[in-house]
Amino acid sequence: MNTLSRRKLITGGLAAGAGLTGLAVAARLAKAYGLLPPDAGGIFGPGETLTYAAQRLLTAHAPQRNFPRSMISQNPFAVPIAPPTDAFKRSQALGFKDWRLTVDGMVARPTSFSIADLRSLPIRNQITEVACEEGWSYVAEWIGTPLSEVLHEVGVLPQARYIVYFSIEPGEWESIDMADALHPQTFLTMGMNDGDLPVAFGGPLRLRVPRQLGYKSIKFLQHITVTDSMKKFGQGLGSASPEIGYAWFAGI
Amino acid sequence: MRVTHWLTFLAFLALFISGAGIVFSHPRFYWGETGNANTHPLFSLPLPTSRPWVDNGFGTAMPDANGWGRYLHFEAAWVLVLTGLVYVLWGLSKGHFKHHLLPQRGSRTLRAMAQVIAGYLRRAPADNADAHTYNALQRATYLAVIFVLFPMVIWTGLAMSPSFTAAIPATASLLGGRQSARTLHFVITLLLLAFFLVHVIMIALAGFWQRTRSMITGRAPEAKEDA
Repeated sequence: MNTLSRRKLITGGLAAGAGLTGLAVAARLAKAYGLLPPDAGGIFGPGETLTYAAQRLLTAHAPQRNFPRSMISQNPFAVPIAPPTDAFKRSQALGFKDWRLTVDGMVARPTSFSIADLRSLPIRNQITEVACEEGWSYVAEWIGTPLSEVLHEVGVLPQARYIVYFSIEPGEWESIDMADALHPQTFLTMGMNDGDLPVAFGGPLRLRVPRQLGYKSIKFLQHITVTDSMKKFGQGLGSASPEIGYAWFAGI
Repeated sequence: MRVTHWLTFLAFLALFISGAGIVFSHPRFYWGETGNANTHPLFSLPLPTSRPWVDNGFGTAMPDANGWGRYLHFEAAWVLVLTGLVYVLWGLSKGHFKHHLLPQRGSRTLRAMAQVIAGYLRRAPADNADAHTYNALQRATYLAVIFVLFPMVIWTGLAMSPSFTAAIPATASLLGGRQSARTLHFVITLLLLAFFLVHVIMIALAGFWQRTRSMITGRAPEAKEDA
């Protein structure tokens, strides 16, 4: 009756040992090559690390799908925004002429940009999809300057690993790694479908991160900080999202 | 390799629960590339939602499950994919699929399948051979689940990843777009759920605890012909 033979026990033990060693080696490698997401701890850490590492190895520089003009959604949906703060309303009353985007942290030349300053940088457009973690989506044309242009202007230091970005709305902040920050479709977006970016969609300035879900594309962008570690920001999990239980990496 | 069966079961359970949790945030389904609360759905589910901006007429009182739901969904998906790889590679190397799951020669016809179904309908007593092997209908179903439904559910899932579709656009475009992929993901989930329920019912008919014990210990129940 004893079907569990010694040979089976030994091979099983060896396989388990090899598996654990493999996991430990993989964790070391992931860390060495920057493949650990800031929210890699906790019970969902192994899954997040596998997802982020696999995506980075596979998708590093892939361009997001660009759609023909005919596919622009006639009825895009915007999640209703919270009542704007007084600071936002004051700037809105001035037609956002006093809006500033400050860029600091690990940069050679910390700079504050007006919307007009940003418009004087190379302007590009893309027709890409916004996909929400809830499941819905729409396609729109987005007009703006690639974040990489601004990062080039301020001179990002070589040890930089993350771009942290903040909305004028309190508690709204996110971060992305350099692969997404330097990606040519990651835009400081000022226009949508041939007009100014409407406030409902994040105007006057929204960071579009088209290779990740909508919640990484922060509305009412006001401040960007370049850093080599996410430990100093909030709870150190990478952004406000993991602090309320949502994944930092939203490429899936 | 019974371990892969139970890992798959746990992963499927986690994926189903978290997937259902995510659906509550937007129980509307579309066809094509795009679709949202401002467009007409292909169909929508009569469920309360977890988002105030989506209401199918049943209120918006569900708690938000998308944070832990998405974390759990993708972690369980990794368990499913890695377990599935081990299982398929093992099965191919041992000839498991050829010997145990490919319907036997002579029983690959519709008529043979119909006989199996007729047997079920007559509630014919199972012979002892059934404790050690699968009939043609079971074999065909297992093969479809292993080589069609699971691969398709993984594909349609990946087709919803903005980062993955950037790297391999065909994952979404071959299915007709992101929203088509999402709708197919839902439909295939229903098929997998149907398989799971029938699977459990069949085991119940065959003797739930005896079969479950066999799947855990690997021992076939002893023949009872002398009873």
